[in-house]
Amino acid sequence: MTTLTLAVRDSATMTRRSLRHVVRYPVTLVVAVAVPVLLLLLFVGVFGALKASLGPRASYIDYVMPGIIVMTAGYGSSVTAQGVNRDSTEGIIGRFRTMAISPTSMLNGYVVSALARTLVSAALVIGAAIGLGYRPTADAGQWLAAAGITVLLVLALTWLAVPFGLASKTAEGLTGFILIVQLLPFISSAFVPPDQMSGSVRWFAAHEPFTPIIDTLRGLLTGPTPSGGTVLAAVAWCVGLALAGYLWARVLVRRDLNR
Amino acid sequence: MTSAITATGLRKSFGGTVVLDGIDLEVESGTTFSLLGPNGAGKTTTVQIMSTLIHADGGEVRVAGHDVARDPAAVRAAIGVTGQFSAVDNLLTGEENLLLMADLHHLGRAEGRRRAARLLGQFDLADAAAKTTMTYSGGMKRRLDLAMTLIGDPRIIFLDEPTTGLDPRSRRMMWQIIRELVAGGVTIFLTTQQLDEADELADRIAVLDHGKIVAAGSPEELKRSIPGAHVRLHFADATGLGAAAAALGGAFRHDDTLTLEVPSDGGAIAVRELLNRLGDTADEVDEVSVHTPDLDDVFFALTGHPTAETTPEMENAR
Repeated sequence: MTTLTLAVRDSATMTRRSLRHVVRYPVTLVVAVAVPVLLLLLFVGVFGALKASLGPRASYIDYVMPGIIVMTAGYGSSVTAQGVNRDSTEGIIGRFRTMAISPTSMLNGYVVSALARTLVSAALVIGAAIGLGYRPTADAGQWLAAAGITVLLVLALTWLAVPFGLASKTAEGLTGFILIVQLLPFISSAFVPPDQMSGSVRWFAAHEPFTPIIDTLRGLLTGPTPSGGTVLAAVAWCVGLALAGYLWARVLVRRDLNR
Repeated sequence: MTSAITATGLRKSFGGTVVLDGIDLEVESGTTFSLLGPNGAGKTTTVQIMSTLIHADGGEVRVAGHDVARDPAAVRAAIGVTGQFSAVDNLLTGEENLLLMADLHHLGRAEGRRRAARLLGQFDLADAAAKTTMTYSGGMKRRLDLAMTLIGDPRIIFLDEPTTGLDPRSRRMMWQIIRELVAGGVTIFLTTQQLDEADELADRIAVLDHGKIVAAGSPEELKRSIPGAHVRLHFADATGLGAAAAALGGAFRHDDTLTLEVPSDGGAIAVRELLNRLGDTADEVDEVSVHTPDLDDVFFALTGHPTAETTPEMENAR
């Protein structure tokens, strides 16, 4: 067998391992769906009154849903970071590293299984939203494009979660990462358009990575079609963050254990 | 005889603390080598360098003929490692852990299942095979950990304090497994804090203290260099102690603890003869205990100081 087929085979083994964790402990998946749905209920039900401030928009749920999808991905990545950290602190990563398998296979296993888990929870959250009155107007091509952006987003957040999980010596050390991925969507175009915010918050919300991603998803799902610049910014942020996380993770798995 | 492992001039420091200070080792194929030393001596660091987990600052290590720094992949293909803390996947069952290792060794489904079943039986884990390892006892986890190491049939196995924290039964079971491995031609590199464990299992022992090898040889050679066993007599009062000390020449007298240490092999006949020599003074003896040499005696004999307390920095560095 060539090095490449062995790497693919090892990646598949590692992916199966992580997916088995999800199947064995489905509560992770339940929480990953329940939290975004609760947020959706909170924003639509409690803050729905804000929609007056949004001008002539048809429905607030159509406005917030892309932000909820992003938060689902954010929650998924914090679960990934915790899983990687558990493997790292419990020592099984040390065992893998004394075996004749490529370190990237181990990383691929985390990423592929996290992608599958998060896409399933995102699909379930969208299903629940449709039940609550969400009415996307996307055609098949737009759905496909939205799915593509979501995949890119999950890849970016997961490739960031892996090195954070590896680098942290304790589960508590992950709090920073978890807070960032779960709170940053709040200061974006997720719930209120940035131009209605004030001062530096407005500048931040307009320029942070989640805003173009959310705007692109919103444009694809409920229109109007997003501008090329917005789509480009969304893709660039996702690819850039994924690449940075991947390179960092590679450095971490090659350097000395426990350093 | 060929060498399975050689180390020359091995050095490692962690943030200014020297952990390994120029170590030379040679382990012959098919033998058990024991690295003996207290906490913080550098045992785990040595194993981590030899098993490609960390890089040495200086020196050369060859495992199975390959340089660990230049060709870590070839070393990994030849070795199995069971560390000090069980490295098992706690969310999977015992059997799933073994099958995971079998898959990573590219054994194929049927062969993996066959080996997993055999190891589960051999390590007394068959009844717990379908339970998640979260429910396992410390001894069971350690056995599963070793079984996971063995599934790839490695020819060189590193065992870092494999019996620390185990109850006596699990410890004996682990010893038996190690003996069977060596009988099958495997080379074992074992670290331990316990002299009796090294004595029991090893063909050669090296004593590590503060990052230096202070003694090396067969267990017999090593034991010859340390004080033998002695019988310890404890007395109720100083009068009895004085009378007994007078009756027995050549005993070490400790007035503060009211004890007398008499060199002896510690056997039943020797103890009876000793008490006979005491005559009526034997009635003054509160307690008789036989003391066999342990790591503390070895260290005292070899280094002139007892096993040092590990400093927090050294503990972190390991």
